[in-house]
Amino acid sequence: MSNANPYVPFASKVLAIVEHTEREHTFVMAYEGDVKPGQFFEVSIPKYGEAPISVSGICPDVSVDLTIRNVGRVTGELFASFAVGDTVLLRGPYGNGFDVSLYEDGECVVVAGGTGVSPVRGVIDALSHTADAKDKHVIVGFRSPGDMLFRDDLVRWADALDLILTVDGAPEGYEGNIGLVTKYIPDLPLRDPATATAVVVGPPAMMRFSVMGLLQKGFAEENIWVSQERRMCCGLGKCGHCRIGEKYVCLDGPVFNYSVSKDMLD
Amino acid sequence: MGYVLSREGLDQVLQGLGTEYRLYAPVLKMGEGRFADTDVVRYDFVTSLDQIELSKKSDYAFKELLTPLSETLFFFTEGEVKVADKDVRDVIVLLRACDLHAVKRLDQMYLANGTEKDWFYQRIRDHVRFALIGCPSSFENCFCASMGTNVAPEGWVFSLEEADGGYRCAVADGTLAGLFAEHADAEADVEPAHVVENDTKVRVPENVPTAIYKHQMWDEYTVRCLKCGRCTIACPTCTCYTMQDVFYTDNGRVGERRRVAASCMIDGYTDVAGGGQYRRTGGERMRFKVLHKVHDFRARFGYDMCVGCGRCDDICPEYISFAACVNKLADAVDALGKEVDGDE
Ligand code: SF4
Ligand code: SF4
Ligand code: FES
Repeated sequence: MSNANPYVPFASKVLAIVEHTEREHTFVMAYEGDVKPGQFFEVSIPKYGEAPISVSGICPDVSVDLTIRNVGRVTGELFASFAVGDTVLLRGPYGNGFDVSLYEDGECVVVAGGTGVSPVRGVIDALSHTADAKDKHVIVGFRSPGDMLFRDDLVRWADALDLILTVDGAPEGYEGNIGLVTKYIPDLPLRDPATATAVVVGPPAMMRFSVMGLLQKGFAEENIWVSQERRMCCGLGKCGHCRIGEKYVCLDGPVFNYSVSKDMLD
Repeated sequence: MGYVLSREGLDQVLQGLGTEYRLYAPVLKMGEGRFADTDVVRYDFVTSLDQIELSKKSDYAFKELLTPLSETLFFFTEGEVKVADKDVRDVIVLLRACDLHAVKRLDQMYLANGTEKDWFYQRIRDHVRFALIGCPSSFENCFCASMGTNVAPEGWVFSLEEADGGYRCAVADGTLAGLFAEHADAEADVEPAHVVENDTKVRVPENVPTAIYKHQMWDEYTVRCLKCGRCTIACPTCTCYTMQDVFYTDNGRVGERRRVAASCMIDGYTDVAGGGQYRRTGGERMRFKVLHKVHDFRARFGYDMCVGCGRCDDICPEYISFAACVNKLADAVDALGKEVDGDE
């Protein structure tokens, strides 16, 4: 057998850990290869298993950020037993990822909810550095003020582009926006929605209603991209778990043009 | 090249092959069947003709050899990940035309879906060759003729079938001809027998509109299907698996990573981290499986996944018929087409 075994993970050092909330930490992992926002790695912890985690940040030739929510066996062990300097096994990157160049010119809207911000963080960063950054509108929603991720980025983004930060609900006295991300779509100050691009990532219901809102606003289906962040297992197109119709989310996605994904029914 | 052999002659040939190959063939297992005290035909390693069941359809396919129900991929010791060893001595698998077509589907998925080959599958597959069991007549529930899988594709080294109290064999691999010639009663022109018509006929719809997803035809399976997954375990073309890590010792220092057969019909298949599940009902799962077999796979790879072996129908404890379901699907698609025409 000459071909390398794609199931064998490689070792990567934990360079830093950023604690956003008690349950959500970003692990900055040493990584030198090619990788794009929206791709994912399998975090592979012997005796615990593997978990697909999207890339939430890239420092070329140095590291990738993996923003991880402590919800399962693998992530639980990662939170409990791994610290800066330790070595974690990874496989990947997998999936197509975002082609950032599609969104850099002209008007663009990014709608991201909760952990859905991770896969588009690199996209938003790129948009914030464009010459016409004021034409980039980013709506980011979290469940509550305590659930916010990437607080430092949010501050930077608010300076560079049109950021709408909102929470589903908040304790009394909270001064920021309260409401679902969909609430802000109708009032987006767009010159020409028909040619604007959009990226939508988050929980299934949030994505569905956000896309509906964008279509109502006049967006073309072909100009909307969504990411199906879900139930990946092998990442290699073998295990079958990610299949929807004729598509394998781990190979053909997780980023899909809406004109394709609208027919991908469970 | 073809040969006519006596029972003893063919047995000698198999013994001869046994020096170089392991033989994997359908075997009648008494009392291990679907219900108490019934028999089952499943694959196992054999060394003589006596052990092989050639007159029945096997209840389970050969695929366990290539995709074991549970396969250890890695062993973990403290600080070390080691690829598990595997007995990969050469094997000849005795199978029928439909199952040889199924091999192409397994290869498609494990070796040619995406850019990566499945290393663990490949290391077994590289050592597997096939011998074709001829089918002079159809078994119950078979619909290979409908699926175009009744004639074996290339890829078998020899064929065998019972005839006139003896056996007729065609030999496609010239290197084996000497062995057959040595034990044959006579040379003959032998074409492996194949079925041209089955009692069960299936009509596969060409295109499937998305409106079919919500069609009421699936509802009966929500009522009837137990979601037991037997149909997918018996199917020669189902390939899904789940990774599973296990500990051996209490302190958790030693363990292994396995992959185990998974089924889209069983609870847990669509669980997502942090809660949530897709396709809860039997109807939704039947739809997912059936459309994969006769539509989605073709949309991706250009040919249907189902090879018409009928094992899913043979094995279902609720007597759910996949074949009947595909025919209902074809009818429903026709009806939807008419509705659309009528609207215009
Ligand atoms: S779906 Fe049923 S008939 Fe088709 S290959 Fe699988 S077991 Fe055989
Ligand atoms: S169709 Fe039959 S064999 Fe398949 S899961 Fe349902 S009850 Fe079990
Ligand atoms: S995650 Fe296994 S096939 Fe896509």
